[in-house]
Amino acid sequence: MTNSKYFIKQLSIFSENKSGKLAAIAKIFQENQVNIHAFSIAEANSFGVVRAIVDKPDVAFAAFSKENYALQYTDVLGVKMADVPGGLFEAASTLGNIGINIEYAYAFRTGEFGTLIVKVSNPEEAVDKILAAGLELVPATDYNF
Amino acid sequence: MAYYNEKIETLPKAELEKLQYQELKVLVDRLYAKSPFYHDKMKAAGVLPSDIKSISDITKLPFMRKTDLRDNYPDKLVCCPKEDLVRYHVSSGTTGKPTVVAYTKNDLDTWSEAVARSLASCGIGRGDVLQVAYGYGLFTGGLGLHYGGEKLGATVIPASTGNSERQIELIQDLETTAIACTPSYFVHLIDVAKKIGVDISKDTKLRTAVLGAEPWSESMRRYIYDQSGVTAHNIFGTSEISGPMFTDCQELNGMHISGDIAYTEIIDPETGESLPAGEKGELTMTILTKEAIPMIRYRIGDITSIFPDECPCGRTSPRIDRLQGRVDDMLVIRGINVFPSAVEHALLRLPELTSHFMLEVTRNGPLDDMLVKVELKPDAMTDSINGLIGLQFRVERTLRDALNVSAKVELCPPNSLPRFEGKAKRVIDTRVF
Repeated sequence: MTNSKYFIKQLSIFSENKSGKLAAIAKIFQENQVNIHAFSIAEANSFGVVRAIVDKPDVAFAAFSKENYALQYTDVLGVKMADVPGGLFEAASTLGNIGINIEYAYAFRTGEFGTLIVKVSNPEEAVDKILAAGLELVPATDYNF
Repeated sequence: MAYYNEKIETLPKAELEKLQYQELKVLVDRLYAKSPFYHDKMKAAGVLPSDIKSISDITKLPFMRKTDLRDNYPDKLVCCPKEDLVRYHVSSGTTGKPTVVAYTKNDLDTWSEAVARSLASCGIGRGDVLQVAYGYGLFTGGLGLHYGGEKLGATVIPASTGNSERQIELIQDLETTAIACTPSYFVHLIDVAKKIGVDISKDTKLRTAVLGAEPWSESMRRYIYDQSGVTAHNIFGTSEISGPMFTDCQELNGMHISGDIAYTEIIDPETGESLPAGEKGELTMTILTKEAIPMIRYRIGDITSIFPDECPCGRTSPRIDRLQGRVDDMLVIRGINVFPSAVEHALLRLPELTSHFMLEVTRNGPLDDMLVKVELKPDAMTDSINGLIGLQFRVERTLRDALNVSAKVELCPPNSLPRFEGKAKRVIDTRVF
């Protein structure tokens, strides 16, 4: 599937909601020379899920598995946004108009443009719809090497 | 279906109860007359032998406990002329002063009869070669199985414990068909056999194992079968009631307790009240015909339940479930008895969790709060927060259904909870009453 070239491999790591846990996770990235492009923490009552987009997801996955972390790959999409006021509105309203339901999202800026990382239920179908609506997607190779 | 003593093993329930009553009556009359210890105990409880008018009146009689044996060390509970004793067994005393159990010739016969019936119910009989790999000596396992096997007419190999390669050599050379030992030792034997190139399922005639003296699980039974083709039967007993006595039959649905030999009750360990069939509580036994050291309503301290349904094997004796822990481990949470083993059992139903857990009990004003920390399996990880919270709710519901009391559940990362080499200490109780 050519659409899969837009599937960015995001790592989702289970973590306790305790002080020092983020540092412990960051240390594993550091020790394995894995560079983090984007990062977020979703918090529930006693635990959290750390989500990260990194340059070497396979290296990171192996390193965290070795340390007995529970983690998972999740395919997410990166929607390009113009780095101007209204950039998010344009992307979000287009996604809304074409009926894409976003499970969660976070955004960051790289160079000339902003990227809206979205988790959708059916990425295969979403890629077709998003491109047909005239939005641009960032290829996975821009992040995962 | 092979019985050792078909008439008595399939006696209709009403007749069995009549027989039990007759036996109990004789026992109580004798104890009241001959045992100063039990005479005083009955007096203190305000009960006379004449108050026992049916088997259900047994609940009027006082309990006996291990401390009674310890306090009367070594032989103050012996209730027959000393020259009538034909054997002593003595417990190791690892949890206190050792306890002495004495036997008359009839006591040994009853014990062997119980074991012979049990072995027959496992499908063992004449022509079978039974390797007894329990310890012989002061421990009751070896000699108990030995005499039961001989009484049954099987060929017994008194192999005792240890020397695993020699055990496998015996299994092969003497064409052993059944083995009796602890479950952990049998698993060890499977490993040793593999190491020396012996496939138990193909290279030996071993097909039945009678395993006990330590707790083991249903999944262990499956593991043993998968690894060796051997069907494992659970055996129950404790030195105070004679030794190992009762096993699963070939239906593998609980251990049959021969009703003419032992009367079984399940009681609430807190109140001492009898519990209905199916409910978990403390196993309490009366050996109805014991001569040397009679045990009436002996509180064994193990937690189990009586199966209320009839066994398809045709035996009318009640069955008990595999032991689920010790009364000593019991917690009372908001007035409800909670056993860590029941928590473990409930958690095993959830494939997303490892088998490790911790139980923390705290006091919040007048109420107890229980927190159960569970471990997520690495491959059960999901990116969905809702999925993980949903799992947490499912664990809470499973525990509430199993324990009848609510617990908060904390989902923890894999390998984050303590591991134990010896006996697990999974409960942290910080309540101050």
